[in-house]
Amino acid sequence: MSFRFRNLKNGVMTLLMGGATLVVLVPLLLIFIHIVRSGFSALSPDFFVQIPKPPGEAGGGMANSMAGSAILIFLAATLGIPVGVFGAVYLSEYGGSRIATVIRFSADVLSGIPSILTGMIAYILLVVPFKGFSALAGAFSLALIMIPIVLRTTEEQLKLVPTTLREASLALGVPLWRTTLKVTLRSAMKGVTTGVLLAVARIAGETAPLLFTALGNQFWSRNLTEPIAALPLQIFTFAISPYEDWHRLAWAGALVLVTVMFALSLTARWFGREKHSNV
Amino acid sequence: MTTKVQLDNLNVHFGATHAVKNVTMGFRANTVTAIIGPSGCGKSTVLRSINRMHDLTPGARVTGKTLLDDSDIYGKDVDPVAIRRRIGMVFQKPNPFPAMSIHDNVIAGYKLNGRVKRDEADEIVESSLRRVALWDEVKDRLRQSAMDLSGGQQQRLCIARTIAVRPDVILMDEPCSALDPIATMKIEELIDELKEQYTVIIVTHNMQQAARVSDVTAFFYLGELVECGDTKKLFTNPDNRQTEDYITGRFG
Repeated sequence: MSFRFRNLKNGVMTLLMGGATLVVLVPLLLIFIHIVRSGFSALSPDFFVQIPKPPGEAGGGMANSMAGSAILIFLAATLGIPVGVFGAVYLSEYGGSRIATVIRFSADVLSGIPSILTGMIAYILLVVPFKGFSALAGAFSLALIMIPIVLRTTEEQLKLVPTTLREASLALGVPLWRTTLKVTLRSAMKGVTTGVLLAVARIAGETAPLLFTALGNQFWSRNLTEPIAALPLQIFTFAISPYEDWHRLAWAGALVLVTVMFALSLTARWFGREKHSNV
Repeated sequence: MTTKVQLDNLNVHFGATHAVKNVTMGFRANTVTAIIGPSGCGKSTVLRSINRMHDLTPGARVTGKTLLDDSDIYGKDVDPVAIRRRIGMVFQKPNPFPAMSIHDNVIAGYKLNGRVKRDEADEIVESSLRRVALWDEVKDRLRQSAMDLSGGQQQRLCIARTIAVRPDVILMDEPCSALDPIATMKIEELIDELKEQYTVIIVTHNMQQAARVSDVTAFFYLGELVECGDTKKLFTNPDNRQTEDYITGRFG
């Protein structure tokens, strides 16, 4: 096979792969541009501080939804991060037992179920017995999505920590639990943080589980046992309504949501970058 | 000459594999004992049973008595963590903690176990680094990452870290095999100095190193102790035919 022919083949393949990349990137870009075009005009200071006004009245915003989403994510994280991280620590350091296998399997199953079902689990466990929709139920359903993601990525990162590091610590007379926390986990911290940030970005956009747990709220919520507004939920409500005003607000909300998720993903990548290589 | 560590009928099984068979030998205090033998003969396994590292290997079973100063370290009420404070270990590939500075690496044995006072820490760091002849090279960059040091420096750092907790015995598992000849020479000089204060047991696949560095040498083959004795004698006039074959290069 001559050099020119191989070169040509190389060029053709590179073009094809470039084309495949474009096929993926172009729709993404088009969606983003469309959202910006449709939503940018509705962005205003009012949008960020006001709650929705009745259709027909000008103005109004999605402040309560943004605050609600932030609260839901925060609550979900307070349950999701410790359970995920420490569950992974248990699995990776003490993971030979049968219980560990069961936990790992359960996490895999949980990560595979459609998000609307986690909403149903939260509905059965927290909405029905307490006879009301609540922010807590919404946060719980989001945590159920978060836990398996954090658990899996943390376990992967812990596995990457070389055994010699653990051995070095143990050989110094440091007990296993301290070694696990202060050496193994500490070494894996960068990867774990990236995993957590990506899990947060994921639940920021989840809508289905909130449908019958947090329910949504047109006003500010006063406490966590009441329904609460959430950005994706509110976008949905506005989008299927027949009112033009609300449609514009929905586009603006979508723009905000996409921007936040993009920022979170970028932060996660920046965090996970290689600063210097280890010998 | 007192015996610091005594192995009495030591046997180590990994599942069905009988890796170390009926080893009985003593390690004298303040001497350097080298353990030599071909790959897979059980040298590292014997070494690791002395500081109970096999506790962490699932499926490993250690039987027989291992005495440190006449008390069995595998006794019922003995805390393995306490044993590892008295018996330190230096590994084949230098393994300083990457997330810590040079200073923190040296006092890691204290820091990881709780808080340590600043001046005490600084004192321990300086004396340990001086002991391993690393102080002058790193005294101006104690707060920098330990990963910026060369391989030889990292290994000396690991030795400093080991002696900082003031053990009685230092186990070394092929400490120079990842290093260049100059670094190796520096560490061998260090081992010679360390024996004044500590009992050193070194596993090495390098026979010349064993001859240079140790007072007593033990030759292992297929999990069994074949011969153990004064280094000069073992290398010039061994009692056992297998030993002679090994050191003259007829096998292994």
